[in-house]
Amino acid sequence: MTWTQQIEVGTELPALKIGTISRTTLTLFAGASGDHNPMHMGDVFAHGMLSMGYLGRLLTDWVPQQRIRSYRVRFAAITPVLGQPTATGRVVSIDEVDGERRATLELAVTLVDGTVTLTGDAVVAL
Amino acid sequence: LDPAFVGTELPATTLTVDAGRLRFFAKAIGETSPLYTDVDAAKAAGYADLPVPPTFLFAIELENPDQFGWVADQGIDPRFVLHGEQSFTYHSIAHAGDTLTATPRIVDVYSKKGGALEFIVKNTAVTRADGSAVADLETVIVVRNPESAQ
Repeated sequence: MTWTQQIEVGTELPALKIGTISRTTLTLFAGASGDHNPMHMGDVFAHGMLSMGYLGRLLTDWVPQQRIRSYRVRFAAITPVLGQPTATGRVVSIDEVDGERRATLELAVTLVDGTVTLTGDAVVAL
Repeated sequence: LDPAFVGTELPATTLTVDAGRLRFFAKAIGETSPLYTDVDAAKAAGYADLPVPPTFLFAIELENPDQFGWVADQGIDPRFVLHGEQSFTYHSIAHAGDTLTATPRIVDVYSKKGGALEFIVKNTAVTRADGSAVADLETVIVVRNPESAQ
């Protein structure tokens, strides 16, 4: 039995704890992504796409990237500088689609104080 | 927002993804897997070269030197613009060395709260030079119009 066969509704992905987001983190991300939205010019809060990148790492730590069929998020709250996000996910359904077994994951990024900054979902082939 | 904005194609952007840029991005998101930074590790895992990670595709349309020009053209102050939602539907993995083109199009506009919030939905197809599909992106942009709030 391979490990993907053991995945079932309710299976949790290993949580990904991110260290403290510093101004250096924001500067690096602006340079690497080209995201120079004036909203971030004061370096007071992090780019939403940085947190989406962290959640993407949660996914690719769990399954090879070529198994990710779709991935989406809603940006719910800002991430302040010095925030410490944690990316989490769990399987909420498993379906047979186009001849493959696919899991739908519910995703979130949460700060230490409980603020949920991102919610989202992804579909991965098992 | 003018409903006629729906259907507008925004300028396409093209980026040849190089390994250095991908390593820079990996560092920026704190990636620790060598698959995303070490070509030998990527090849050993079956990739043709360093894979382009799931969210990097968003960066292609940011190659436009005037990223917010189309926002300003609609009479919107970019300071009142928020990224509301983002989605990716994947067709095939891109790799370092691929030349990728992002073609954005406005597919919907709507408002809520009596116009205090307006929403712009933008779809972006990412393709390789040979036309093969890499991914389809959907971005929901929220425009806050504080003066419209009653």
